[in-house]
Amino acid sequence: MKAAPFAYAKPRALDEALALAARPNAKVLAGGQSLIPSLNMRLSAPELLVDINGLAELKGITLEQGVVRIGALATHAEIERSGVITKHLPLIAAAVRHIAHPAIRNRGTIGGSLALADPAAEYPACVLAMEGVIFTRSSQGQREIKAADFFQGLFETALEPGELVTAVEITAQLKDERSAFLELARRQGDYATVGLAAFATNGTKRLAYFGAADRPVLAANAAKAKDLESAKAALAKDLQPPADLYHSSATKLHLARVLLERAWNTL
Amino acid sequence: MEHAVETTLTVNGVEVRRRIEPRQHLVDFLREELGLTGSHLGCEHGVCGACTVRVNGEIVRGCLMLAVQADGCKVDTIEGVSDSGEFAKLQQAFHQHNALQCGFCTPGMLMAARDLQLRNPRASREEIREHLSGNYCRCTGYQAIVDAIEEVLHGKG
Repeated sequence: MKAAPFAYAKPRALDEALALAARPNAKVLAGGQSLIPSLNMRLSAPELLVDINGLAELKGITLEQGVVRIGALATHAEIERSGVITKHLPLIAAAVRHIAHPAIRNRGTIGGSLALADPAAEYPACVLAMEGVIFTRSSQGQREIKAADFFQGLFETALEPGELVTAVEITAQLKDERSAFLELARRQGDYATVGLAAFATNGTKRLAYFGAADRPVLAANAAKAKDLESAKAALAKDLQPPADLYHSSATKLHLARVLLERAWNTL
Repeated sequence: MEHAVETTLTVNGVEVRRRIEPRQHLVDFLREELGLTGSHLGCEHGVCGACTVRVNGEIVRGCLMLAVQADGCKVDTIEGVSDSGEFAKLQQAFHQHNALQCGFCTPGMLMAARDLQLRNPRASREEIREHLSGNYCRCTGYQAIVDAIEEVLHGKG
């Protein structure tokens, strides 16, 4: 199918982009790897697309004082090839290889993934596990939103209309911290059946599951368990995964336990 | 053409200037405005990979990029890389291994295969499969495609 007609603007300044994005029926175009399919299928029919790819201040990956800042427009491919990410955020480095396919990773962005909040997406779970902070801007000003407050439901976030994700900041993983990223999918790069972004610091585990609810969820009970068997049992209290086309809720819970078992000894 | 945007891009080394409706994606533009029908349009939502083209040296889904977004970009299609001889070894190997039947997926497969060859020329069979994971073939069962690429990468006969 073909997209319905829309107007197109490619602002060169952030303020201009924010003013355009605040217009009724405007949508922001970053990498477009989820938005353009929804336009092509006419699931979405905005009147104006605001292409933010010309905004240099939303680009780049930097490390400052132990915190990695990833610009919203950093593509999956840039993140995959980034020395800073490989060295300081091994969880993100492991996750990015599961995101779609090379041709899609060349255009899709981390800001777009966070703003869309697909429940099967990799980055939201990673950011939740590592207690990242999402930076936003709108014509009203800027905000810093904790990952735990940002993801609010199925494709729902704390973003207000006309508000843009500008960057995400995650504290670099320290030497004595551990992380593990595991995902089950029917084919390399497909949407996750279920996945786990896990992070362990100071004896505390943070187990963020994706593809297991309407948003990424922390398995708090399993994380507190003393051994693997009780953690697997406790997972039933943390997750009530909705069935999808191919897997029942019980299958997904079973697979979530399989991932926990695989991750357990690295945490 | 109420929303048309003046767009200038280089396609297979030739500069092209057109007024383009924003809703037209890159592959429709290449096929319908420029007559470059080698890039195929399959699913039109990023699943099948038949529309894979190269933009500024990186492979992209041609159906998931608007043609107006290619303003100032250098686009390579299967026509250009065939004429230049850049893909000749891969094309010959596909032919020899019977790595295509209907051929619908082949331009996209070759784009993905060449991208792998440039980025990771020592790729293992598993890495070849992973790099092609976004390209569907409904005829061959992939075995012959992987064989052909492996031969080009490793010189196996």
